Amino acid sequence: MTQVVVDRHAAAAGTEGFLRQQRPRHAERVVKAVLFLAALVSVATTVGIVVSLFYPAAQFFSAVPLKQFLFGTTWSPTFNDPQFGVVPLVLGTLLATLIASIVALPLGLGSAIYLSEYAHPKARSVLKPTLEVLAGIPTVIYGFFALTFFTPVLRWIIPGDEIPTIYNTLSAGLIMGVMIIPTVASLSEDAMAAVPQGLRAGAFALGSSRRQVSTGVVVPAALSGIAAAFILGISRAIGETMIVVLAAGLQPNMSLNPLQFHETMTAFIASTAGGDIATGTTIYKTIFAVGALLFVFTFVMNMLSIRLVRKYREVYE
Amino acid sequence: MSVDTTAVSHDPIGESVPQRPLVGASGSGWRERGFKYLLWFSLAVGIVTLATLLVYVLVKGWPRLDPRVLTNMPSAILPDRAGAQSAIMGTLWLMVFTALFALPTGILTAVYLEEYADPSRWWNRMIEVNLMNLAAVPSVVFGILGLAFISRGLGLGPTILTGSLTLALLVLPVVVIASREAIRAVPSSIRQGSLALGATQWQTIWRQVLPAATPGMATGSILALSRAIGEAAPLIILGVSFVTFNPNGLTSRFTALPVQIYDWTTQSRTEYLVLAAATSVVLLVILLAMNSVAIYIRNRTQKRR
Repeated sequence: MTQVVVDRHAAAAGTEGFLRQQRPRHAERVVKAVLFLAALVSVATTVGIVVSLFYPAAQFFSAVPLKQFLFGTTWSPTFNDPQFGVVPLVLGTLLATLIASIVALPLGLGSAIYLSEYAHPKARSVLKPTLEVLAGIPTVIYGFFALTFFTPVLRWIIPGDEIPTIYNTLSAGLIMGVMIIPTVASLSEDAMAAVPQGLRAGAFALGSSRRQVSTGVVVPAALSGIAAAFILGISRAIGETMIVVLAAGLQPNMSLNPLQFHETMTAFIASTAGGDIATGTTIYKTIFAVGALLFVFTFVMNMLSIRLVRKYREVYE
Repeated sequence: MSVDTTAVSHDPIGESVPQRPLVGASGSGWRERGFKYLLWFSLAVGIVTLATLLVYVLVKGWPRLDPRVLTNMPSAILPDRAGAQSAIMGTLWLMVFTALFALPTGILTAVYLEEYADPSRWWNRMIEVNLMNLAAVPSVVFGILGLAFISRGLGLGPTILTGSLTLALLVLPVVVIASREAIRAVPSSIRQGSLALGATQWQTIWRQVLPAATPGMATGSILALSRAIGEAAPLIILGVSFVTFNPNGLTSRFTALPVQIYDWTTQSRTEYLVLAAATSVVLLVILLAMNSVAIYIRNRTQKRR
């Protein structure tokens, strides 16, 4: 495209007077401005998110000291003597995320290696879309499944004193992990597809087996992309809401036992905002304070992931 | 890189163990097989869980998969008479208006980024990074944005307009990313041909690029919309909860299928769990229909090319 423009200028310069610049095209400029405005909608969305989160959050922190919020270990914003220590919610989020990661990261990577390095193209064309259906199931249905099917199964498998409570973080975390497998698999596979075929051919020529090529050549070469996939998977687990609302319970808990209930940051936001609470009250602002913390968590991870993707694109594309 | 070639690393003693032939390295041996089984297992966990979930929801909801689900209104007291009509209608209304808000904005953004933006300018890079980040912002955060700015800020309340604006912002990055891919897939020779014949840049985009990219954009947009109608969390934050009437306009209150499923799952009576499963099947059928249309469009254009 730029080529054409350059040529036209060159021609105009050569044949003075004949092919001069056409009359100014105002409509073209208007179109460009409209398109640019459309692109700004997404920027405005981010600005809107930041303002809508941090403005009420700042008001919240004038009532509740930041230190008390970040390090307090009791979360009871609706009690007569309200306590705003966010640690139990963060702990619930991290515990659910950890369980989901233990499932999603290895299984997602394994699925990606299989699809990229082992599967016959025909098998791949069936398996990949099937796996991606997992990502398209609404999360509320996963929550329903975790609560009414998977938790009873867990309670049947783990009997006696250790029996999981009706709401437990293990069930929610495991189902969330399965939900995230396609996210991890699809991004990791993209990164593996970007590894030049010559690297594989070289390793095969040296007598490596398929396993050795996969683990010794392809995975290390695609490492930054795989790391990006892992981080994005973890970020999704931190932000996931409906599964934990339905299956992990809505009571804050400082215990590290995944067989018990935990409230996560997202679960608190969804369950509290859904009620009829008056604008401007402290409990209303609490939603924004927790939301701001959640946004900061996921923002840092997303930026890290975007950087890593850039890195592998620079190397191979 | 640890590309160990069979005999040397596997055989530290050398002569005492017979050297394995090269063929043994590729494909046989318990390590190779074990690794392959591990990969199979990874893939199987996802696929088996998917199958279990689908069968479970269908079996559990079967007793209530009858016309009542489609024709009756929700009820918190009479599970036998309860249905999901207002939720189905609410979801359809949401889908139409989310599409109306998100698709033009998303497609225009994609055209700007692919055809006009100079990636060396900082503001264009910022728009791009911003979109990548927005695509991974949790849906509850969009719910908070909708609650603070649209529902309470503009005083619109939990209406169809608020819901579809919120969902439109949520899926906007997905629409942009899908549309950009479709535009990028249009060969640049088409653009050059058009420009060489004297068309302006916008004439080229409008008459050549966009028609060629339409099937790809349609596929991506349908997939983005199917994500929107499965979202429950942002709507719950907006204060959407069950109503017993169908929406009749943009400022009408409403309920939607994912919210209805959530409501019924949290009810204590077991009849409502059956109803939640039946409603889940309805939602899954709608999603399946949308995905089939998307796949049909994609396959048809692939054949033509």
